[in-house]
Order: sequence, then C-alpha cells, then structure tokens
Amino acid sequence: MTPGLWYLVGVLAIAFTITLALRAVPFAILKPLRESRVVRALSLWMPVGILAILAAATFRTTIAEHADYLVPAIIAAGVTVAAHLLFGRHTLLSVGLGTATFVILVNLVW
Amino acid sequence: MHEQDQSATGTRLGEVRAGFAASLSAGLGVFPLGIAFGLLVVQSGLPLWVGPALSVAGYAGSLELLLVGLMSSATPLATIALTTLLVNFRHVFYAFSFPLHVVRNPVARAYSVYALTDEAYAITAANPRGWSAWRLVSLQVFLQSYWIGGGLVGLALGSVIPGEIEGLEFALCALFITLTLDAARTRAQVPSLLLAGLSFAVALLVAPGQALFVAMVVFLALLAIRFAFGRRTGELA
Repeated sequence: MTPGLWYLVGVLAIAFTITLALRAVPFAILKPLRESRVVRALSLWMPVGILAILAAATFRTTIAEHADYLVPAIIAAGVTVAAHLLFGRHTLLSVGLGTATFVILVNLVW
Repeated sequence: MHEQDQSATGTRLGEVRAGFAASLSAGLGVFPLGIAFGLLVVQSGLPLWVGPALSVAGYAGSLELLLVGLMSSATPLATIALTTLLVNFRHVFYAFSFPLHVVRNPVARAYSVYALTDEAYAITAANPRGWSAWRLVSLQVFLQSYWIGGGLVGLALGSVIPGEIEGLEFALCALFITLTLDAARTRAQVPSLLLAGLSFAVALLVAPGQALFVAMVVFLALLAIRFAFGRRTGELA
C-alpha cells in the first residue's frame, strides 16, 4: 500500500525537527561551558573513541545480514589498516583498497 | 586528506579546494551508500520524490535508510519520532569538538549545524586543526551533494536495472577505520580507545538492537569516571 501525502510530509517534518534539534541544542548548552575543564577533557578524549565505535558499528552492520561475510570483512579491515599504515596514510587509497578487497571477496570468492 | 594542512593558503578558493580534498575519501563511502539508498526507495514502492526529500529534511544516512522501511509499512508517526530520537541521539556528543566556532556567518553557521553528520564530524575529529569557515562549510556541502547525487543515481538505476553491486557499503567501515587510525597517533589516545572497545562490547551484550547509541552513552560515562578519577589523583589539576 502507498501511504498518503500528509503521512509522508509528517515523517519529513518529524525527521527534520528532531535531527536538527539534536545537532543544535548541545552547541547552545556547551557555549558557556567551553572553558570548563570537563568539556576540554572530553573534547580531547572523545573523538578517537567515537570514531572507533563508529568503525565497530559499521563493521557489525556489514556482517549483520550475512554472517558468512565475517571472514571477508576481517580480511578487508586488515587490508585497510595495512594500506593506511604502510602507504603513508592516504585515506582515499586505503578506503579504496579495503573496499575493493571486500567487494571482490564477497562477489567472486564467498 | 592529510595534505590539507599544507594547502591552507587562506584564500577562499584554496579553502574550498581543501574542503573538497577532505571530502573525497568520505565521498567514496557516502556516494555508494547514497546509491543503495536510492535503490531502496525504488524497491519500497514509495513515491520517488521521497528519496531526495528525505536527504534534505532528515539529512542523516543511517536514519534515512531506516525511515524508508518504516514509511513503506506506514509505521505510526510517534514510533517514527522515537526512532529518529534514538538513532540520531549520538549527534549531541559531536558538539564537544566540532569546530563550529570558526563559522561566523549566521546562515553558514545554521547550515553547518544542520549538516553535522557522522562523516563531517569524523573528518574534523581526525584532523582537528586548520579549519576555516569556507573549508568546513564546503566540506559539508560536498558531502551532502555526494549523498543526494548518489541517491538520485540509485533512483535512476533502480528504475532501469535490477540488482546491485554487493559489498560497496564496506567503504563506510573502511573510512571510519582509517579515521580512527588518524586520530590515534599518540600513546595518550590509547586509554580512550580501550574504553571505547569496552563500551561497544558492553553495548553488544546489553542492547544489541541499539548498540551504537548505548556504546556512546557507556563511553561517555566511562570518560566521566576517568575525569573524576584523574582529578582526584591530581593528574588533571
């Protein structure tokens, strides 16, 4: 069945309002706190951990629907890390090699 | 991406170029995912305009993929609202270190907040220095155009051919892996990495359905404990 126009517009309005509020409100709250020691410590400590969590979460999404993709995903992640550390941290190259490895493995080997 | 520190010429064109250069590697993940999103919209049977409309109104990749499924099954609006809140709640943490303070123009500032996606945050988190208003906003404009462009290509492809290239979505994971490596260059970052790993493991055990969100909450809680502990031992005084 096809949902009505007003339902679709309602979803768009909700997604817009909530997403924008989640992104904007913390800036307003943090502004007076920018000099505080807690906020400074968190802004130093948080990025690397959040990035690692995002990496782990997207890795999990990759294998969530196909459990047999675990081995290709581990190999491709290994290729990504190796390429990044050995070939001078060229992100485009590392991401390209890692992704190509995964695409080739799941399409041609697994 | 790491050429950007040297190419900071200060001119507007130079800054836009640096923003473009910083956007490229993320684009490799964002564009194919946009195609996947466009294909999903075609398959869902929703009107095709919903694709680009979602990418403008609720600009957040993973949420959009989720919403397409929820909309096609006419999920109640209250559930849509709660899902949006939970899935995107992690964005509240990004204000801690996103360099919004370099953007002075109110319109550009509003756009920069509106377009604060995982990828935009991740790129600034991995390269914290050297951001100017033009560089930051052009980075975000390029990222959004990859996403919308990919979505349109997906709509076109989905209307013409069946099937897709399996496995392209790994680009997003590979991107976050390289950004993590870039952010973790000194030994001082090791405790944060270990706490993040612990948080994700806890989240997988406690709430596998909301692992991303729960992992971030647990991680923040552990950092708060670390701060309290550090202050008591005089490390941060």
